[in-house]
Amino acid sequence: MPLFRSMREPTDPLVADLTAALDAGRVRADGAQRSLAAHDASVFDGGIAGPVCFPETTEEVQAIMRIAEQHGSAVVPRGAGTGLAGGAIPLGRPVVVSTGRMNKVLSVDTDNRIAWVQPGVINLDLSKKLRPKGFHFAPDPSSQQVCTLGGNVANNSGGPHCLAYGVTDAHVVSLEVVLPDGQIAVLGGAEDEPPGLDLRGAFVGSEGTLGIATKIGVRITPNAPAVRTLLLSFATVRDAAQTVSDIIAAGVVPAALEVMDQRMTVAVENYVAAGYPTDAAAVLLAELEGLEGGVEIDAARIEELGRANSATDVRLAGSEEERAALWKGRKTAFGAVAQIASDYYLHDTVVPRARLADILEQIYEITDRHEVTVMNVFHAGDGNLHPLLVFDAREEGTLERVHAAGAEILRASLAAGGVLSGEHGIGVEKQAYMDELFSSADLDHQNRLRQAFDPACRANPGKVLPMGHSCADIQALREMPTGVWG
Amino acid sequence: MSTLTSTDRALYEFAALVGADDPIAVEGNRTRWHLGGPLDESARLVEAPTGIVDYQPSEMVVTVRAGTTVAELHETLAAAGQTSALPDRGGTVGGAVAVGENRLDRLGRGSARDAVLQVRYVSAEGEIVTGGGPVVKNVSGYNLPKLIVGSLGTLGLIAEVVLRTNPLPPVQRWIRAERVDPRDIRDALLRPGAVLWDGTSTWALVEGHEVDVDAEVDKLATLADIADVDAPPELPPHRWFLSPQGAAHVDTMTDGAFIASIGVGTVWAEEPPQPTEPDPVAAQIAERTKQLFDPSGRLNPGRRAGA
Repeated sequence: MPLFRSMREPTDPLVADLTAALDAGRVRADGAQRSLAAHDASVFDGGIAGPVCFPETTEEVQAIMRIAEQHGSAVVPRGAGTGLAGGAIPLGRPVVVSTGRMNKVLSVDTDNRIAWVQPGVINLDLSKKLRPKGFHFAPDPSSQQVCTLGGNVANNSGGPHCLAYGVTDAHVVSLEVVLPDGQIAVLGGAEDEPPGLDLRGAFVGSEGTLGIATKIGVRITPNAPAVRTLLLSFATVRDAAQTVSDIIAAGVVPAALEVMDQRMTVAVENYVAAGYPTDAAAVLLAELEGLEGGVEIDAARIEELGRANSATDVRLAGSEEERAALWKGRKTAFGAVAQIASDYYLHDTVVPRARLADILEQIYEITDRHEVTVMNVFHAGDGNLHPLLVFDAREEGTLERVHAAGAEILRASLAAGGVLSGEHGIGVEKQAYMDELFSSADLDHQNRLRQAFDPACRANPGKVLPMGHSCADIQALREMPTGVWG
Repeated sequence: MSTLTSTDRALYEFAALVGADDPIAVEGNRTRWHLGGPLDESARLVEAPTGIVDYQPSEMVVTVRAGTTVAELHETLAAAGQTSALPDRGGTVGGAVAVGENRLDRLGRGSARDAVLQVRYVSAEGEIVTGGGPVVKNVSGYNLPKLIVGSLGTLGLIAEVVLRTNPLPPVQRWIRAERVDPRDIRDALLRPGAVLWDGTSTWALVEGHEVDVDAEVDKLATLADIADVDAPPELPPHRWFLSPQGAAHVDTMTDGAFIASIGVGTVWAEEPPQPTEPDPVAAQIAERTKQLFDPSGRLNPGRRAGA
């Protein structure tokens, strides 16, 4: 029998139960919808999705969890599918829970400086809504025009402006979570430092493997009255990296410190003509936020440190238009690359800042050796690298070279005292490298945390921890496909 | 081989001291010894290793062993113009992390929970476990540091942490304001270090570049009668955990003296706090976590985080 025809049969017991709990329009078991839910924005092959559900309330998520449990099915939450590590790829034909219809900002409490939102709210939409009140949501991933806050919580997302303000976990005060057994837990709250284990903190960044967040309380940050944006050009990447270290060592913590190499600025200029020099080996975009006097002093200090490191040009954005154009260029970097290359693989590692220049030289050497083109755009202030490997997957053997180069870049980052991921997560992408960063005992304790929330390992199975260290994932993945989908 | 596994002998000696069998607890400076309930007298007391292992000011991170005092840590950091989000209340770094309390100037320095980038602890099985990583940004696996901060040593005995450091502001100035709603003071300041209120007077730690501090103090002078003071007020002993709005109304909840942290929610009061009901499902997860991390209940027996 053709696979997808059986999916539409209303007699399919799992689909029938889900449909009874929601309604027919919000439980989609057709091939088209399941195919959409099979992938995320990563380079990895898609999985196989079970029925895709579109709940609107916490109670509906709870009903889905309970029905999935009765049918022995796993559950995978899904936001906008912008993840780059394969975290939302469905493994073992799970029920996919899309948060797309849970997209309401429930309330904005300026007294407590907390916004209460549903998980499907888009990151930038929240900041737009907060702007008239003088606030914003600080984490600003490059995908912020489409990515959801539920996804930000799952991946502990960052963004250029997290240097001064911290990544998502510093901005989440409370989570209402539906556990894999259907129980609802409230983790954290509007109270600061509540006594007891910080389960809220443990949940943020767990990549959908501990449950589904259905209501999120996030801190809102007041907009600063004064902003200065500087663009520094350098003849070498090393000079740019050294300037970043010197700025931090001088006690200046800008809101953002972003570096792009020449290949990237050329691509960006061809795409949006944002005003970046195309003859510099590297540019450093530094943004200061605060009060008028202090940003003036810090801007002068950054210029001085840049010049001490042989900056060939230092430019202060003279208008809001100029500033917006520079940021548009930075944030559309990946779109610019998509225009010129058929495929790209965006990596994400973190190294100590002092090692940035060394590791970048290694990245150029590794990619040259594997005959892969690399472009660099990264959160330099955090030491968070994003080497972008550009290729054409249709050329035979290319994908293998891309993966080989990527593996060497990861290992070089670890050898420099870094970690596997700064903001994209582990997903399926980096599971195999987890035991190069962590010992067996470390991974065993991570798995204990997982089991405390999800003893049966039914939430997003097959992610984060390598198979040998992951509770009942293997069993769950084996059990799933049999019977139900034939 | 894990890249995080150091050959630091002090940690292995501590792990050997902790062993894998008997009831055990770490003794720091006993500044918060009473928290979480009385320690069972069967517990053997050990001390955590001491010393600052690595400090690179330009990385804004410091690696420090748990038995080091916060005072010693902060003295070292201050020499490079930095500090950490841990409070110095006479205790050790490990104690401060295990308790998880924030500094009085939490608005300016951030929270203790966000300061711990990596933790190395000795498990109930006597093994050294590392969670998190030594860099300022990291989503490599589950966030064990968040679980350990505030766990009162009930999930593992903290041996060493990597902390985020922050630059000390060039100028810090305490002012006291009278005849003003403390929330107006908080709202008037972009990034205060702290705003405190005792029901009558408001104290604010105004900080940053001198030019900004002067401008902000001038702004406050248009809202209230203000005066420079040397230090914040003395804090009453009991901590209440309220929302920021709750703290601004704490005068309706107690007749005793209090100092409320405006914009944060923490209140120090003469009276002990009213007991609060934890979320029952979250409590079940916490209970399972304890059982999974310490099946025999040997770590800090008698104590419970949140008790």
